[in-house]
Amino acid sequence: MILPLITFLPLVGALLLMLIPREEESILRGTALFFTLATFVISLGLLPDFDGANFSHVIDWTWIEALGVHFHLGVDGISLWLVLLTTFLMPIVLFSTGTSITKKVREFAIAMLVLESGMIGTFLALDLFVFYVFWEIMLIPMYFIIGIWGGDRRVYASIKFVLYTMVGSLLMLVAIIYIYVRHHDASNTWTFDYFTLSRVVLSTREQMYCFLAFGLAFAIKVPLFPFHTWLPDAHVEAPTAGSVILAAVLLKFGTYGLLRFAMPFFPRAMVEMAPYLAIASVIGIVYGSLVAFAQTDIKKMIAYSSVAHLGFVVLGLSMWNAKAIDGAVYQMLAHGISTGGLFLAIGVIYERRHTRRLEEFGGLMAVMPRYTAVFMIITLASVGLPGLSGFVGEFLVLVGTFGAYKTWPHGGPIFYAHPKILAVVAATGVILSAVYMLYLFQKMFFGPLSNPRNRGLKDLSNRELAVFAPMLLMAFWLGLYPSTFLSAIDPAVRRTIAEFQHKVMIKVPEGEKARLMPEGGGPEPVKHKEELDDKF
Amino acid sequence: MEEFPLHYIPLLPLAGAAFCLLFGKRVGKTITTAVALCSVFGSGLLVASAVRLLHESPVPLTDTFFSATWISAGDLQLSAGLTLDRLSSVLCMIVTGIGFLIHVYASGYMAHDEGYTRFFGYLNLFMGAMLILVLGDSMPVTFVGWEGVGLCSYLLIGFWYDKEANANAGRKAFVVNRIGDFGFLLAMAYLFSLTGTLKYAELPSHLQTLGQTAWWGLPAAFFFGILVLVGATGKSAQIPLYVWLPDAMAGPTPVSALIHAATMVTAGVYVCVRLHVAFEIFPLTLAIIAIIGALTALFAATIGVLQRDFKKVLAYSTVSQLGFMFVGVGSAINTPTSVTSNYQGAIFHLMTHAFFKAGLFLGAGSVMHALSGEGDITRMGGLRKHLPHTHATFLLCCLAIAGIIPLSGFWSKDAILGGAHAAMWLPKGTGGAEVFFAHHLGLILYLILLATAACTAFYMFRLYFLAFWGEFRGTDEELHHIHESPASMTGVLWVLAIGAVGVGFLGIPDVVSSGGNHFGEWLLPVVREQAAEESAREFWTLAVIALGASAAGIGLAAALYLHGFSDQVRAMAAAFPSVYKFVYNKYYIDEFYNAVIVQPLRWISLGLWKVVDSFFIDGTVRLVGGLTLVVGKVVRYAQTGDVHHYVAGMLAGAALVFGLSVQLGGCHGYKFAEAASVATPRLQRMPRREHVTPDNVPLLPAVPGNGLIR
Repeated sequence: MILPLITFLPLVGALLLMLIPREEESILRGTALFFTLATFVISLGLLPDFDGANFSHVIDWTWIEALGVHFHLGVDGISLWLVLLTTFLMPIVLFSTGTSITKKVREFAIAMLVLESGMIGTFLALDLFVFYVFWEIMLIPMYFIIGIWGGDRRVYASIKFVLYTMVGSLLMLVAIIYIYVRHHDASNTWTFDYFTLSRVVLSTREQMYCFLAFGLAFAIKVPLFPFHTWLPDAHVEAPTAGSVILAAVLLKFGTYGLLRFAMPFFPRAMVEMAPYLAIASVIGIVYGSLVAFAQTDIKKMIAYSSVAHLGFVVLGLSMWNAKAIDGAVYQMLAHGISTGGLFLAIGVIYERRHTRRLEEFGGLMAVMPRYTAVFMIITLASVGLPGLSGFVGEFLVLVGTFGAYKTWPHGGPIFYAHPKILAVVAATGVILSAVYMLYLFQKMFFGPLSNPRNRGLKDLSNRELAVFAPMLLMAFWLGLYPSTFLSAIDPAVRRTIAEFQHKVMIKVPEGEKARLMPEGGGPEPVKHKEELDDKF
Repeated sequence: MEEFPLHYIPLLPLAGAAFCLLFGKRVGKTITTAVALCSVFGSGLLVASAVRLLHESPVPLTDTFFSATWISAGDLQLSAGLTLDRLSSVLCMIVTGIGFLIHVYASGYMAHDEGYTRFFGYLNLFMGAMLILVLGDSMPVTFVGWEGVGLCSYLLIGFWYDKEANANAGRKAFVVNRIGDFGFLLAMAYLFSLTGTLKYAELPSHLQTLGQTAWWGLPAAFFFGILVLVGATGKSAQIPLYVWLPDAMAGPTPVSALIHAATMVTAGVYVCVRLHVAFEIFPLTLAIIAIIGALTALFAATIGVLQRDFKKVLAYSTVSQLGFMFVGVGSAINTPTSVTSNYQGAIFHLMTHAFFKAGLFLGAGSVMHALSGEGDITRMGGLRKHLPHTHATFLLCCLAIAGIIPLSGFWSKDAILGGAHAAMWLPKGTGGAEVFFAHHLGLILYLILLATAACTAFYMFRLYFLAFWGEFRGTDEELHHIHESPASMTGVLWVLAIGAVGVGFLGIPDVVSSGGNHFGEWLLPVVREQAAEESAREFWTLAVIALGASAAGIGLAAALYLHGFSDQVRAMAAAFPSVYKFVYNKYYIDEFYNAVIVQPLRWISLGLWKVVDSFFIDGTVRLVGGLTLVVGKVVRYAQTGDVHHYVAGMLAGAALVFGLSVQLGGCHGYKFAEAASVATPRLQRMPRREHVTPDNVPLLPAVPGNGLIR
């Protein structure tokens, strides 16, 4: 019962907030904070005796009988940490808005709570209908958060954000309905159930079309090069809280969706498309880093760095071996902490100076030593210094990619996309991230304190330190003791890969009905590239 | 494998660092100093007691404190184990010993600095990271320390952060080091994809795999070695990645002595020796190391000859001496039965260099301390009268680095020169490659190093004479302020000078005094000696030649600089102004990198952003949006609100649909027929279905009736 509780508790909070008069700002803030904290505490209840490999805490309630829609939730090692990341960040973010959001406090808190429900529900959904509903639910509050509490070009950014996302998600809806119908054709039952539909095997061409539809929705969300241009606008215009949630959680739905739906549903298409995905993600790593280096707006710089970081995630996913995918999932968490932390930190300085232009700053270390220390640690976490959160994910993705030639099917369709070459190019991201992040850091904190408007800046207050303390703690924890997280991630990833390797062996001829993979595995799983080549 | 609580060795300084950084400002300088010094001293004591155990038996000590799984993903199982063998014990002693001395020195040198506690925090953090680097039992653990020391180097170079130049130097160091880290990371990924392990101790059992041909007929070990070498050239400032080290002198002098001379920069040498079994598979990799080392040694030494900044000269000297160590690592002897290399010589030189170079840097610090921060040697002179202790210790260290018998530099430099002279990377043969690698290359490298040694003696004594002899060339006011440094600094200088004189006696070659090579004996369980057959006569021949080269360098320096800049110097500079400028400006390598890499990177970034991102990609997006708007604006005129128009439109549409359905329906009529046959019993269709199933997909028995596979 934990899962529906954490899914709907924020929504209950939102409803409650509607009853409180809008003038009672401190009560509104307190109530919202209470609900997010309560959600976090309850979500911690998932941790004891967690079995990463299988879905646990599953609930399965019938919702719309005629359509075969069940309210079906469950959590495994992949979604566990993402859910906890969400519930962990929400109270921090709400707490941090205490000083920055002053207009329409009630509406803001409601939007944030609805958003939280949407995000948690999307991570937990084991029914494609429910998944889609939650997926769309979280779009709406985000639209308002950018559009109402954003910067000068907030309307443009929010519309761009919504339209971009909608294009992808509508195609995904079509694909969901397609599998739904094809499953009915084959079995005469109507269901949106994740487990049932994930056993549907379509013909290779059908898989390709569906994969492209799903893939586009997720690629936009990630965002994968070249579908990323909504991100800088959305980030720059969104208020701090919106940017943090956008970067830390919302982007992860793209990569989570790829891993949870696109990969296991359409394995043959995945095999065909993996080289393209990998090339796009490697381009994203280099391209995102370089474009970040050219920015003069701090937030935009971090936004483009997200393109690079998420490139590592998609690269890991497209290698379909346990190390790389573990690394990808890990990188999702690490990016949530480091980039979320960076946006929070930028929010601090924006609140004081109302500018994000890099040339306005310099020498801040002299007046804000605490802030400098916090920013430094988060920066180092972001560039992947060992001992901090960023390293483990990047390392695993690189090691997994480098060794992927054993399982990767093709040399590459466009040109010779050997995994080793991809790994080498991706690893230049390690250099480039240091180039732009240290440039940013130096321009902000080192050098003479020449701008008179920076002279009187106040250092972090205790309240702000309280916002950053848990972020820093997690940055160190993720870096120093990855076992905590990997022990749940790894079994789930292995299960996903095992199912994938069974399913990819089933081939359905074009024009035939879909088949259902038997429960508990199909034909002998594929282990090596050579075997796969034989079968294709 | 013996247990020993090794984890305290890095944890003590790390705890000290945490304390200094978090509470230093609150508790004050005295307590900060006490904590920082005690933590380093404590870990030094632990190292000492561990070394005593190693002295009794060479079995490596291990620590299972961290041995619980660190990263476990798929088939990758990493534990963060620490181990101390005789090789790492040498490094540990240098790091804690010299590190402690420099801590003491810094407590005097930095006494009046605002960031005193921050400085000691960073310094302790460095100690911890360096000890992790040295103690790690696998590449990832070493990498943690490797990046950690890089971070501390960055923080300490930019310690006086309010100057843009310092911040730039720090960033340059970090980014260039990251290029090296890129190599190290890929080396790890490659090694794991080949062998499935990253532990040093397990490497020898995978030599077969590493020896397999990878690409272009070259073994995997070659590519692995090159990737490691990229990492090593970054950290140890070798061509082409040496450019960060001279700039790193922007940091406080104790940092230059500790990080950028004695310890961190030797990490590349250490890692190469650590992974020596992998290099030995394909000795030509070792030849590449030796060539890079020799070229760097000579190149940096020639730059050092004309520099005017006290610390810059020492920095180029460090680059050059690290080149010597690389030659030592790479001086292999490849016989059909075995491959050995001069690792012992390299580590020996690493140790002696740590003493005399730390002594030189701290001496430079003492001089600059006396001159209120002045580092330009053209404004010094005659300091020996004012700074007797600094002068005496500096002279001893200069003699040591110049390789004058019997100081430490003589023995260790000779070990490397002899190793290079004896090196042969291929067994003797008649083919072109064999002749080159077995006969010529060793001799060429030996001659390069000999020239470098002469150069080294010259620029070190040029520095010495210009600073300590002749007349003072600064202002009178500066002259009045000159004072010898406090005892905490001069005491350390004397300890280091005595070390610079004495440590060489630990490694006197066996041909000179039988059983005199205690150092080689100590390392023997880890790395064998280079299997050179050298007689006492050969040794002394080489020694005399080397001494001659050094003496020539010193003599020339005395002739030209004993009384300040002599007329000959001015005449030469005036006669060859372009050569002078070319060398003085460090061959314009920084400018070259700037023009070829740094600036283009900026342009590419800007171009990608403005042209590709804003114009093409986002432009396309906005175009789609704009088109939608335009279409909407046009089509809205169809919504006239007049019912007549709508009816007309409806009729036209209906006619179109009807016409099309007749047309298409006619063509595809048979499809309707087939669709109708779906209604027929499915059992009849089953055989046909089996028929179209492709051959080798293992199909499970199909259940008739619904087309499901169960």
